[in-house]
Amino acid sequence: GGWSSGSPLGPGAGAASWGGRAGSYPALSSSLRTPQSSPGLYGPAEVKISKSCTTSWPPSLLPPGVFEKNREQLIRKTCEAVILGTLHPRTSISIVLQVISDAGALLACCLNAACMGLMDAGLPMKSLFCGVTCALDSTGAITLDPTAKQEKEARAVLTFAISSMERQVLMCTSKGTCSVEELQQCIAAAQRASGAIFQFYRDSVRRKYSKT
Amino acid sequence: MNFKFCVYFRTVEPLEYYRRFLKENCRPDGRELGEFRTTTVNVGSITTADGSALVKLGNTTVICGIKAEFAEPPAESNNKGYIVPNVDLPPLCSSRFRPGPPGEEAQAASQFIADVIENSEIIMKEDLCIAHGKLAWVLYCDFICLDYDGNILDACTFALLAALKNVQLPKVTINEETGLAEVDLKQTNPLNIRKHPVATSFAVFDDTILIVDPTAEEEELATGTVTIVMDEEGRLCSVHKPGGSGLTAAKLQDCITRAITRHKEVKKLIDKVIKSIKPK
Repeated sequence: GGWSSGSPLGPGAGAASWGGRAGSYPALSSSLRTPQSSPGLYGPAEVKISKSCTTSWPPSLLPPGVFEKNREQLIRKTCEAVILGTLHPRTSISIVLQVISDAGALLACCLNAACMGLMDAGLPMKSLFCGVTCALDSTGAITLDPTAKQEKEARAVLTFAISSMERQVLMCTSKGTCSVEELQQCIAAAQRASGAIFQFYRDSVRRKYSKT
Repeated sequence: MNFKFCVYFRTVEPLEYYRRFLKENCRPDGRELGEFRTTTVNVGSITTADGSALVKLGNTTVICGIKAEFAEPPAESNNKGYIVPNVDLPPLCSSRFRPGPPGEEAQAASQFIADVIENSEIIMKEDLCIAHGKLAWVLYCDFICLDYDGNILDACTFALLAALKNVQLPKVTINEETGLAEVDLKQTNPLNIRKHPVATSFAVFDDTILIVDPTAEEEELATGTVTIVMDEEGRLCSVHKPGGSGLTAAKLQDCITRAITRHKEVKKLIDKVIKSIKPK
């Protein structure tokens, strides 16, 4: 991907200028399987819908550790919030994300891939969501969609999942410290950038169906 | 409504039961939406540990024990020590947990505490170094939940802070002739705690209502959770919202405001407790 916005600390001054095609995700492809089999083994009173989400990245020499499990939980809970689970009782939806290359902003990329995969599978959802990463450097300038190098050098890195409904924040995770004003600025910048990502979703789907 | 009806209603329609209370801006246990449960803290109860603290948030009880051991500093930064947190949610604390390897909730809690330590810089890892490249302290922070009634993250963060303040590390000198470490147990120093991170958790109900310090029952009925960790300078150490219903930026701001007030309450409590310990 690649867009960065340097935004001074003044409110409302950040303008996203993006170079490169918005939404070229060199890092990820997703495959989605929806097994409609085996009901869950969750007791007689209430059969809960289980949605399992596994992420694996090569080379997977070690079994998933606590850090990977945490990522999975973030992605899974975001998907659970949007999927209309009540329409498919006693089923489990398995989302497998395979990382091909990691050039920074990995979690946001996983979220985007997960959403596109769910759209592709035709699962009914309450809203779409997209992932946006913001990196704050030592001067307080916001960089959207940072590279791995920018992430490392940043004072704080915040990843948001923004919903297409009223641009609400579905998921938020932060690394490093930031002030309250900086958080609000990052949320605003992420909400603005999400518009571009949702447009990309629309264009991709349009392209897919116009071919046939 | 007589009492028996309430009990049946609560079991059969828990969400409706809760909504009746939320309409009156209160909760079944009598608290307001922004009110915390009674918080108690006790430090130094485990004498075999180098530092310990027991925190009770209402019924939720977490005990933290810290043991300090020696290790070689990591290769890439040979002047740093280690802090290793581990949260254990045993079957003792709640019937939802089975014996066996740590479940997802325990792992998520361990990762959360590791992130709080890393982000807030509560202790500089450089302070844990004894001899560059040769010897450093590793602090194993073990959290055991004794009673699970919701809001485990706040309790663990508070227990971590109290236990770290209680830690006394013995003085270590490296004998130049033999190259071995000599530990003097009679001379102990406390840790240099730089920041005081305090966590405040919220549960989101019906996508709109935010309640603070959820009990286990409230967590199950909630459509989402948010945890905000702040330090004393008003800086955000962590904003942890693992999915769940969406929040506007304004609602997040309300959470942050409540978290700032909570920080003051907790800081007062910790200072009181630490002052009350008589030095040995």
